[in-house]
Order: sequence, then C-alpha cells, then structure tokens
Amino acid sequence: MSVAPATIELAGLRLVGPVLTAAGCGGTGRELAAYGDLDRLGAFVTRSISLNARPGGPQPRILETPSGLVHATGLPNPGIDQFLATELPWLLQQGARVVVSIVAGSLGEYAELARRLGRAPGVSAIEVNLSSPDATVSGVFDVREPFHAAGAVSAVHRDLPRGLPVLAKLRPDVLRVVETARTVLDAGASAVVVGNALPAALPDGRPAGLSGPAVRPLSLRCVTEVRDALPDAQIVGAGGISSADDARSFLAAGAVAVQIGTALLHDPTSAARIAAELAVDAAHDHERMDA
Amino acid sequence: MTAAPIAQAAGRLAPLHVRGELLAGRRVGAFHHLTLAAPGVPERFRPGTFVALSVGETHLARRAFWIHQVKPMGGHGATIQIVVEPVGVGTRWLTGLPTGTGLDVTGPLGRAFALPKEAVSCVLIGEEYAAAPLFPLAERLRERGCRVSMIVAGRDEAHLLSTLEAKRSARSVTVVTRDGSIGQKGSVADVVGDVLRREEAAVVYGAGTVSSLHAVAAAAEEHGAWSQTAIEQPLTCATGLCHGCAVPVVGEDGAPRLARACADGPVFRGDRVRWDEVGK
Ligand SMILES: Cc1cc2nc3c(=O)[nH]c(=O)nc-3n(C[C@H](O)[C@H](O)[C@H](O)COP(=O)(O)OP(=O)(O)OC[C@H]3O[C@@H](n4cnc5c(N)ncnc54)[C@H](O)[C@@H]3O)c2cc1C
Ligand SMILES: Cc1cc2nc3c(=O)[nH]c(=O)nc-3n(C[C@H](O)[C@H](O)[C@H](O)COP(=O)(O)O)c2cc1C
Repeated sequence: MSVAPATIELAGLRLVGPVLTAAGCGGTGRELAAYGDLDRLGAFVTRSISLNARPGGPQPRILETPSGLVHATGLPNPGIDQFLATELPWLLQQGARVVVSIVAGSLGEYAELARRLGRAPGVSAIEVNLSSPDATVSGVFDVREPFHAAGAVSAVHRDLPRGLPVLAKLRPDVLRVVETARTVLDAGASAVVVGNALPAALPDGRPAGLSGPAVRPLSLRCVTEVRDALPDAQIVGAGGISSADDARSFLAAGAVAVQIGTALLHDPTSAARIAAELAVDAAHDHERMDA
Repeated sequence: MTAAPIAQAAGRLAPLHVRGELLAGRRVGAFHHLTLAAPGVPERFRPGTFVALSVGETHLARRAFWIHQVKPMGGHGATIQIVVEPVGVGTRWLTGLPTGTGLDVTGPLGRAFALPKEAVSCVLIGEEYAAAPLFPLAERLRERGCRVSMIVAGRDEAHLLSTLEAKRSARSVTVVTRDGSIGQKGSVADVVGDVLRREEAAVVYGAGTVSSLHAVAAAAEEHGAWSQTAIEQPLTCATGLCHGCAVPVVGEDGAPRLARACADGPVFRGDRVRWDEVGK
C-alpha cells in the first residue's frame, strides 16, 4: 500500500493537496471563494494573463455540447499590470497558492511577462499556456511543433529568478504529447500539465476548444503515455475531471496533481469537494501506516 | 439627471450552492410557476437576483431564472418561486419534473436592483416572465414610500405575468401586448415615454428583451431619470467564473469595457450599457 502524504510536492513546491483549479475556470478567484476557501486547494491557477489587456472574443463564447463545453473566449484578461495590482494581492490575502497562467503573442512578450512576474512577490509558479485551442484566431503564439513549445518555455525560464518553477501546459494530443513533453522539460519546465481543451469548432466554424467529461478518456490516455515514456516527469492531469473518482484515476495513472476546470462551471463547489474527499483518502492512508 | 441618486449597491451576501427540491409546480398561461426549497437562499434574496439550476449531469451549462417570490411554505420554511417558460431542452425538462425531485440550486446570484435613497416616483417595466423580479421590487419600493407604477408587456395575454397582481403592487398599471389581446396593442417602446412623463418618474426599472431595455434606457435618458436594467444574456456558469457572458458597458472612468452579465450584472445602469453592441 503506497502512502499518500497529506501534502504533495509539485515542481519543488509543497502544496496542501493535489487539487488545483484549471486556468480560466475560477474567475478572478473572488467568485470561487464564495463556495470554498481557496487555501484548501493545492493552488489557484489564474486565467491566462497577457502583457496587454485582452477584451475577449465575440458572442457566443461558450456553448454546451453533449457532456462537454466548446469555448472560444479569446482569453479575456486585464493584462499583467492590472492583474498584479488588483487580483494577485487579493488572492495572496486569502492564503491561496497562486500559479499564474500566461499567454503571449511572441517570444519577446513571453520574456517580458516572465520579467514582470519574477519581480512580483508571492507568485508560486508560472504556467505557460502552450495549447490555446483558438490560438490561430486570437493572435497568441501558435504552438504547432514541439520546438515552438520549447522556445516559449526557454524564453520564460531564462528571465525568471531561480526557484520560480515553470509548468508547461500541453495539448492532449496523444500522438505528439510525449515528444512535446520531452522538449519542454529539456527547455527548463519543471512539470507538464496534460492537457488543455481539445481543438474543436463552434457551430459557426470558429476555432474553439472542447472540454469537460467528453474529453476525459483522451486526457487520461495522454497522461499514461507521458508517464510511460518519461517516468521521471512530473505530470498534472486535466480534462473533464468532475469527481474524486475521476481525480483518483488520473493520480493512479501517474499524475501528481489534477486541475478542475469545466466541472467548476457546472458546480462551483466541485474543486473544494474533490479536494476534501482526497484529503480523507490521505488521512486514511496515514492511519493505516500508523497502525 | 434629476435628484434622487440611487443607493450604491450595498455589500451582497455570498451566494450558496445547495441541494434543493421542487416543492410545487403550477401552470399559468404560457408559464410554469415553480416553488423550490433551497436552504439559505431565500434569506439572502434581493430583487433583481437570480438562481442557476442544473438540468441533469450531462448538460453542463446552468439555466438562470429570476427569483419571483420568497415565501414560507409549511414544513419548509422560506421557499423561492420562479417563473419558467419552456423554450428548450433544459426548461422543458424542468417544467416536466415531478414534485419532490432534487435540484442543484445556486443563488442568489448577481447584482440586485439599486434602490432610491428617497421616496420618489418609480416606473417598473417588465416583459413576459422577466417581469418576475419587479413584483418583490415594487414591494420594497412601496415600503420606502416610493410611488410605484408598472408597465407589463408581452406578445399576448398568455405571456403576461398576473396583471391582477400588478394592480395590487402598483398605483397604476399599463398593459401592452403585441397582438392587442389585452391592454394596449404595441410594444414597450411605444408606451414607455408617455408613462415616464405622466408619472414624473425619477427612477426607471426594466427587465425584458435587449431591444425593450434599450428603449427603456433611452426614454429614461430623455426624461432625465435614472434607469436600472436587468439584462438576460446566454450564460454558461452563471457564477462569474467563465467570462462567457460579456456585456459591453462604459466604465465609471468613461472607458469602454466588457462586463460579465452574471456577476457584474444582471442589473446595469441603463446609461452605462452600449446597447447597440450587446450580444455581438
Ligand atoms: C439572468 C437571467 C434570468 C432569467 N430568468 C428567466 C426566468 O425567470 N424565466 C425563464 O423562463 N427564463 C429565464 N431566463 C432565460 C433562461 O435562462 C433560458 O431560457 C434557459 O437557459 C434556456 O435553456 P433551455 O435548455 O431550455 O434552452 P436551450 O435553447 O436548449 O439552451 C441552450 C443553451 O443556451 C442557453 N440559453 C438559451 N437561451 C438563453 C437565454 N435567453 N438566457 C440565458 N441562457 C440562454 C442555455 O442556458 C443553454 O446553455 C433567464 C436568463 C438570464 C440570463
Ligand atoms: C471557459 C473556459 C476558459 C478557459 N480559459 C483558459 C485559459 O485562459 N488558459 C488556459 O490555459 N486554459 C483555459 N481553459 C482550459 C482549461 O483550463 C482546461 O485545461 C480544459 O478545459 C480541460 O479541463 P476541463 O475539462 O476540466 O475543463 C479554459 C476552459 C474553459 C472551459
């Protein structure tokens, strides 16, 4: 019987548990805090933040599909300066561990974001969004090939102070995910997040991302592929996780942590509830060990 | 703008996510009035707030409904009443449920109607089921000594909320239907200007379609009244998490920006909304 510690280690960080929010699904944090204390989560991952404010795309941005959502939000966010001035301090006040997701239009912008975040006190880690499913239309750096992903990661990594870890968020593309994971880890990422929403389209044909339970088996497969090929890699699993059992299957497949996205949009208490259930698992394992 | 600035929206209580229960359902015209137990939600209600319901596990988006009434029901304490028009998969599912069914309820959500600081003349304009939040609003305004008039509008009589109830809530009621089946024949835009002038309205409250609310905001502007408009936009999470329901507004600094219909609204100052761009 393996023993799950009450806390986990991810990218050199000690977190209170393995349940994180997924980027873009926790609002600014304030809205989510109404349904559960943010300091009970492993970390709060922000929506992807860019150098300059982005208003987001046209309506409709999000539609329901069987057991899923398709979204093309256009990554709305207030820009890094406004985020650092207003949203980050509030999150830190709540005792949340904050992982800042970033997205940029060019490698230069990635480097600039890293420099500004490197000077901001309280940030636990940077998550580089390398898999925006509507990148082609939203004007963000389009990651097609593993070397694109590695380029973005090294641009960020180079300009960060030591000790501020980089997570690389990858597309759950079963054919490319291992190769991409290997190159971003070589480029300085401490862990990989597998994965983002799948490339899809809205009924009017606009590029979009498919998320939710519909993509869970695909994401899980990607996690197992990366674990098998790169047994030393730290993996954060994401994609359709809606219950503690879903989370357990990703952890059993080799993920050290999981992210909850779409489930929060259906039930804002889901991340808190999954975190609490997994904490009970961990406590039971400790009891067994003590006995 | 005339005097009578409206009070800043006071600090709102955090919404709850609870397991509720359908206690009763009653068909009235084209609508179903559903009574729900939702522990803790009624106590936090303010007019203009709404609830989000889940319609099964595979439909991930929430469905939003105005809270129409809060009232005690034997054995359940306070309950909430919503008015549902079956128009699609979720609303048909809801209106076909047997009483006693459990439902995930989140609420009260959103920013409520702001109330005037003084006893002034108020005109409340509600279209079809969207008139639901105006009845409890009328009650609060009357408690403050405000003079309350209502415009109740819809496509036909079956799509109006009780005009009788409106007459109990308001000093004067104007009924307007598209087909003329009851009241005047026409639209909100046709009557709103006259009513505002007649009532010397200082504050105007509207809930309905975007085109009607645009007309309400424009009439208020012309008349020099404050307007509070409750906007419905397609929502996904309804809780402010997903940033899907953008409403184009003008910020306090005069700069254009996108607000979230669910969390920054659904009630907006009519003069702050960029009406021509809503839904685009
Ligand atoms: C703040 C607010 C308050 C509302 N109050 C009421 C009310 O009191 N009574 C009532 O009958 N209806 C109300 N609505 C509209 C109601 O939420 C929609 O009619 C309902 O979501 C449609 O769901 P459906 O599955 O039946 O329709 P479908 O067309 O099958 O829905 C598909 C998707 O589109 C979304 N959607 C479609 N139309 C609307 C709409 N007009 N507004 C929001 N989302 C929509 C649904 O949520 C769902 O995600 C309100 C909407 C909002 C935003
Ligand atoms: C509405 C919405 C907005 C999202 N915004 C972002 C974002 O800003 N940055 C990002 O890296 N991923 C974003 N995602 C992807 C999620 O973080 C997550 O990786 C993906 O949806 C798969 O997990 P899930 O099925 O649990 O949602 C978004 C997803 C949704 C549904």
